Amino acid sequence: MTVAVPASRAVPAGRAARRVAWGRVLTYLLLVGAAVVYLLPIYVLLVTSMKSFAEVSLQRMWSLPSGLYFSSFVQAWAGSPTHRGLEHNFLNSVKLTVPATLVSSFLGSLNGYVLAKWRFRGADIVFPAILFGMFIPYQSILIPLVQTLQFLGLYGTLPGLVFVHVVYGIPITTLIFRNYYATVPTELVEAASIDGAGIGGIYRRIIVPLSAPAFVVAAIWQFTSIWNDFLFGVTVTSDPTVQPITVALNNLAGSYIVEWNVQMGGALLAALPTLVVYVVLGRYFLRGLMAGSLKG
Amino acid sequence: MVAPSVAAIAVFVYGFVGWTGYVSLTRWNDVLPDYRWVGVRTYVDLFQNFRFQIDLLNTAKFTVAFLAACLVIGFGLAVLLDRGVRGESVFRTIYLAPLAISFIVTGVVWRWLLNPGSPQLGSVGINLLLERLHLGFLRTGWYTDPRIGILAVAIAATWQMSGYTMALYLAGLRSIPEDLREAARVDGAGEWQLFWRILVPLLQPITLSAVIILGHISLKIFDLVVAMTGPGPGFSSDVPAFFMFDTTFRGNHFAQGAAIAEVLLVLVAMLTVPYLIYSTRTEVER
Repeated sequence: MTVAVPASRAVPAGRAARRVAWGRVLTYLLLVGAAVVYLLPIYVLLVTSMKSFAEVSLQRMWSLPSGLYFSSFVQAWAGSPTHRGLEHNFLNSVKLTVPATLVSSFLGSLNGYVLAKWRFRGADIVFPAILFGMFIPYQSILIPLVQTLQFLGLYGTLPGLVFVHVVYGIPITTLIFRNYYATVPTELVEAASIDGAGIGGIYRRIIVPLSAPAFVVAAIWQFTSIWNDFLFGVTVTSDPTVQPITVALNNLAGSYIVEWNVQMGGALLAALPTLVVYVVLGRYFLRGLMAGSLKG
Repeated sequence: MVAPSVAAIAVFVYGFVGWTGYVSLTRWNDVLPDYRWVGVRTYVDLFQNFRFQIDLLNTAKFTVAFLAACLVIGFGLAVLLDRGVRGESVFRTIYLAPLAISFIVTGVVWRWLLNPGSPQLGSVGINLLLERLHLGFLRTGWYTDPRIGILAVAIAATWQMSGYTMALYLAGLRSIPEDLREAARVDGAGEWQLFWRILVPLLQPITLSAVIILGHISLKIFDLVVAMTGPGPGFSSDVPAFFMFDTTFRGNHFAQGAAIAEVLLVLVAMLTVPYLIYSTRTEVER
């Protein structure tokens, strides 16, 4: 095995080497063991969704499927005489997540730009005050939120839910863009300013073209959190035809007449979009995660 | 340019928090709003409420178990991964994958994994797995056992979030320059001393970040409880966020719900506000 070990960690041959080799074996054993544990629930989710009706007994929960049937998955998607399928709710989540992600990322970019490049008076208070919005327990705003949405005629609608996600997405997207724009040389902004460009002109001509990396991070973060949201969805929407997939999945799983394998199929359906994004663009997901911890 | 966002946050965060505070001081405990003033009576009653007392205790248990597990597992995995292993990115991807999934999905899956089974069904899930591994004596009732209750939820939450502490610690370990480790070795420090005297103290700010981020998540935990257990036998897996939702939107006790929400907010603020001020201030200085 030719492992690339930094020179400082190479150990002289002989007894020490053998001891270190055992350490290596133990390291890999622990890492692989942990990986198996982390994958177990995902394994159950996948194999259950693939099994045929004859194979879905709870006793055979851990067995591999004999072939690819996807019957549970299809039942969760299309429904059956005893339960509503998740098809509509999946589409609701798409219609909800895409616009809310784009709009909140755009607002975050505007805020981040102004906070990073235009030190207006009170910016040192405004920035942490905005950020606190991402830590609050949303329970503390739910009652007035419902009253306000009812007043605006948006309660129980998808546009209402989009609006809620846009507003409460502002803190994290502002943070991601502000931290990114802080790395853009201020001289660029100053030079354009001397050339007579205004705050809006600089944003359009200089900042927007540089924003792609931060936009990807913010959009992936928002896509994941909005898709995965449950609290706003369950509070704002009560009509099953409007509810996002997390709320519908919870209803499906709470129903005693729905078989466990169909619940697993539904869970896989709800998990797939964000899992796929994570596997393909994991690097950017991790950056959003680090931004969320402020100092990382 | 920032005015719309600032106004939105001012109204939808601060204005709404203020309004919730006002509601908590009124008589509104029925379907229709009733804004007659009762003062702090709802809070006094709340802290004497049996269910709320259990909820606070559950939150404490959950927070301690969840934080301890995430810190130990995350730190352990980061140290192992920092030893220059092959396939590091594959391991990292696997440990972090649960973070991309909704708490509702996690709850649904773990409700079956930690299902106690029944005489007709026999063992299922983890209990079945333990049986197959000849570890049947470890089988328990999991979340249906009032002595475990919320701790079963902490197991699922740790599965979901421990990758996050791994990522934080790994980034921290990578930021410690090799020169520093080398210098310690030259001074005669063994690997063990290097670990405890250099790495662990240098990683303290990361531990602080992790405690604050995970701590505020555990104070707010809601989705996972809804999907996995509900309040459980004798409220053994109930939490304040669930009680709030239950009493407000199912029981129409708006003032009581508002009071619970404000207590939660104060707890979260005590944890996060100092950190927030400290983080943004040091950033400005930089």
